[in-house]
Amino acid sequence: MDPFVNTQYTRTAISLHWLIALILLAGFSLGLYMHDLPLSPQKLKYYSWHKWIGITIFMLGLIRVGWRLTHRAPGLPSSMPQWQRKAATASHVLLYVLILIIPISGWLYSSASGVPVVYLKLVPLPDLVAPDKALAAQLKLLHKTLNFSLAALVFLHIAAAIKHQFADRDGLLTRMLPILK
Amino acid sequence: MTNMKGLSLQDRHAGSLLFAVALFSSGLAPAQSVVTEKSEVHFVSKQMNVPVDGAFKKFTAAVNFDPSKLDAAKAQFNVDLNSVDLGLPEVNDEVKKPDWFNTAKFPSATFASSSLKSLGGNKYEVAGKLTIKGVIKDVTVPFTLTPQAGGNALVEGAFPIKRLDYKVGEGSWSDTDTVADEVLIKVRLQLSGMPAAK
Repeated sequence: MDPFVNTQYTRTAISLHWLIALILLAGFSLGLYMHDLPLSPQKLKYYSWHKWIGITIFMLGLIRVGWRLTHRAPGLPSSMPQWQRKAATASHVLLYVLILIIPISGWLYSSASGVPVVYLKLVPLPDLVAPDKALAAQLKLLHKTLNFSLAALVFLHIAAAIKHQFADRDGLLTRMLPILK
Repeated sequence: MTNMKGLSLQDRHAGSLLFAVALFSSGLAPAQSVVTEKSEVHFVSKQMNVPVDGAFKKFTAAVNFDPSKLDAAKAQFNVDLNSVDLGLPEVNDEVKKPDWFNTAKFPSATFASSSLKSLGGNKYEVAGKLTIKGVIKDVTVPFTLTPQAGGNALVEGAFPIKRLDYKVGEGSWSDTDTVADEVLIKVRLQLSGMPAAK
């Protein structure tokens, strides 16, 4: 085990990571499931829940990025080649960006469709754009594309973690999953 | 009738004919004309607490209103439920189905006034019977009448109804947790031919 790696993210960063991962999975699955359901009260509920999930992810994402910018992340194993370090940094930045812009693309899509977002049935959020059918169709495509990009990136993220844990055996995963130590 | 422009001349004639028949059958003398292009019947419902605006694009209204002869005042509305517009084609199709308006069996909703009283100033209240989906209920509608130049006047009124009273949204749609029971109906009428003020 590389002593440099034997540090971990702060408890706050770890909690935020796993919390966002869980909510993201729920929001993504719900989005996939609900979009072609026939109109029903259940569908209306799912759409609202999906939007609440998105807004929650956005807020948690902001806290997460703020925390990351003010707290140093633990180092990487010295055995890791330079290109992998660069790829890791780039994919992390891209993950953060997607976590923040996907909810906004959904909110824009909802506004353009003429359906305001009322967070948790309690807080009416402002409409970002005026209702516009053509724009709504474009935003729907954007929301979908960004989500599938995120899914691909998350797949890569998990594959890399598994490779470090089981192929490289460098203990990298313990930075975010201290229980493995 | 906010989208009269989209109708063919024939439709307009058919509309006028229906309008005339409605007037004749209700025995109203059409003292005022309703400028349909500038009049609207809207409603606001809430799904998951999200306000959803809707409108009925086609309706006819016959109004006989002289502020100095309120006892004789009358109003009759006939709203084409097939002209409902909630902004999304999928939703427009849904609300015409049997669980909602059942437009195949009940193509229109009507309101017929029974009495009208002044609330002071330019405020009034009309009581009457509202019929939706075969259910008849008494409603009172407060409204304002704003006189305008050239014998015109703008009438604006709003009143809440409970959709389940009229069986609008049956089966799984009767769940008021998703779609609220209360629906606010908003009417805006542009009248011409008002009697001269005394």
